[in-house]
Amino acid sequence: MCRGARIRKLWHQGMLKNIPLSALIGLFFTGLYFLMAIFAPLVAPYGMAEVVGDVWEPSSADHLLGTDTIGRDLLSRMIYGGRTTIYIATMATALSFITGSILGFAAAVSGGWVDQALSRFVDLIMSIPSLIFALVVLSVMPVTVTVLILVMGLLDATRVYRLARAVAVDISVMEYVEAARLRGEKLTWIIFREILPNALSPLVAEMGLRFIFMVLFVSTLSFLGIGVQPPGADWGGIVKENKEGIVYGIGAALYPAVAIATLAISVNLVADWVLNRTTSLKGGRG
Amino acid sequence: MHPVLSLIAQRLVLGVLLLFAASVLIFAGTTILPGDVAQQILGQAATPESLANLRAELGLNDPPVTRYFGWLGGVLQGDLGTALTNQRDIAESLGQRLSNTLFLAFWAALISVPLAILLGLTAVRYKDRWPDKLISAVTLASISIPEFLIGYVLMFFVAVQLGWAPSVAMINDSMNFGQKLNAIALPVAVLTLVVLAHMMRMTRAAILNVMQSAYIETAELKGLSTFAVIRKHAFPNAIAPIVNVVMINLAYLVVGVVVIEVVFVYPGMGQYLVDHVSKRDVPVVQACGLIFAAVYIGLNMIADIVSILANPRLRHPK
Repeated sequence: MCRGARIRKLWHQGMLKNIPLSALIGLFFTGLYFLMAIFAPLVAPYGMAEVVGDVWEPSSADHLLGTDTIGRDLLSRMIYGGRTTIYIATMATALSFITGSILGFAAAVSGGWVDQALSRFVDLIMSIPSLIFALVVLSVMPVTVTVLILVMGLLDATRVYRLARAVAVDISVMEYVEAARLRGEKLTWIIFREILPNALSPLVAEMGLRFIFMVLFVSTLSFLGIGVQPPGADWGGIVKENKEGIVYGIGAALYPAVAIATLAISVNLVADWVLNRTTSLKGGRG
Repeated sequence: MHPVLSLIAQRLVLGVLLLFAASVLIFAGTTILPGDVAQQILGQAATPESLANLRAELGLNDPPVTRYFGWLGGVLQGDLGTALTNQRDIAESLGQRLSNTLFLAFWAALISVPLAILLGLTAVRYKDRWPDKLISAVTLASISIPEFLIGYVLMFFVAVQLGWAPSVAMINDSMNFGQKLNAIALPVAVLTLVVLAHMMRMTRAAILNVMQSAYIETAELKGLSTFAVIRKHAFPNAIAPIVNVVMINLAYLVVGVVVIEVVFVYPGMGQYLVDHVSKRDVPVVQACGLIFAAVYIGLNMIADIVSILANPRLRHPK
């Protein structure tokens, strides 16, 4: 089936017709940012680290957003920076969901001391603010993209763990799970074949919110100088590089900050819609 | 013993235990992880001899458990150790900065808490009409905006373009009270904005929850005005959840302070912590991390205790 026909079919099934305007706007900007991130080398007019003009040139036809603190094209830098931000946030979200939900399901299914040990450990980690904990850990670790993803993903896995456990506790008392247990299925079967398919929709709705949190988290770390290290750049890092300009009335630092905010708001709009849809369908996957 | 007292005692013990566990976690986080502190301080070019010397100087050759109890013993007596970067006593450098941070957080809390509760009540009063809708739209936007964006936008327009407030919040002892307040005007405004929306929304939810009870319906059927119902019947019962909301947000404020201090170059704890994380000054990071964790755990504990005290069913058991 060609694409057009498929979209028309979805439309008639009421899948696209009922998308509210806010979610459409959210979907459009989220898609735009992700496409720009994926095709950054094709979209960006100049290279990321290429010095092409004077310091803090105002915006012009050559440089749509002007130039940055050492004369690099700000638009190109923003596009590459978005790529880094989105990449780190996506990987960290994936890591936190995989670890958090598997551990949460395992705790709910096994119960007993496994559940107690995991849950109390998660309580402990959550008793320290994640930004402070990340700063403490990053003070002794070499700050690379991999380490950032690991630290952010594992810290955030605690939040996913709580949700996954709460959802799975309700599911694990269902008859079909008991039937699987009586059949003698292993823990991995119960988690992946019985619990996971039924717990998917609340988890997917939560994923949007966790992604936003990751974008804000990595941007904050980079802004504080403890995230992505130069010459690499992400949006938070670009804010840091250009912050001195603010005092002289140069708004270069505001562009990446606005980009972070618009990405976060768009994802939030989409997540809100998914959440409303899944709760109104009572867990349906329609 | 009165059941409330034993519940409170339980919470206090739990809080102390949690703080103790958090100190273990902070210490372990900087010790057991694969990174080598000595290597990080001296860089890749360090000779094996200088590395060995530094390790001996830092006591890194002792087993971790010994070092942990040495550190904890010091902390309990108010000795936070010395900074690696400038050999100064950490407790001494921290004192002034901690009071600066508390000064900032205090004013932000003083403005944001009453404002949030008032706006939350307004949202309930005009539920599903435009004031309520406006409040929920602002909330959605504000949880998506990084703190430093609000900071720089205010700095750019209010301080630089309009010149109403200083763009950098430097304070020192020679300033009088008014000058200090003027200096922290912008950071306080940003912190207020950051926590306001959250607090407002959670207050709204807490009051709405109470408003659905049967006694509220009775009060309405008696013919009381909406504000009288909220003030006399809903609010007393919503105190516990609201105090909880306020405490959670104050705890959040303490963390938000870190970023805001860096934005406005404010000489507080957050700036001190961030500076020393980049310099890899582990004793300072441990000390700051522990203090932040203590404040956070303390506020959450107070929230728990207040909600126990505010619950009439627990105060007057059958």
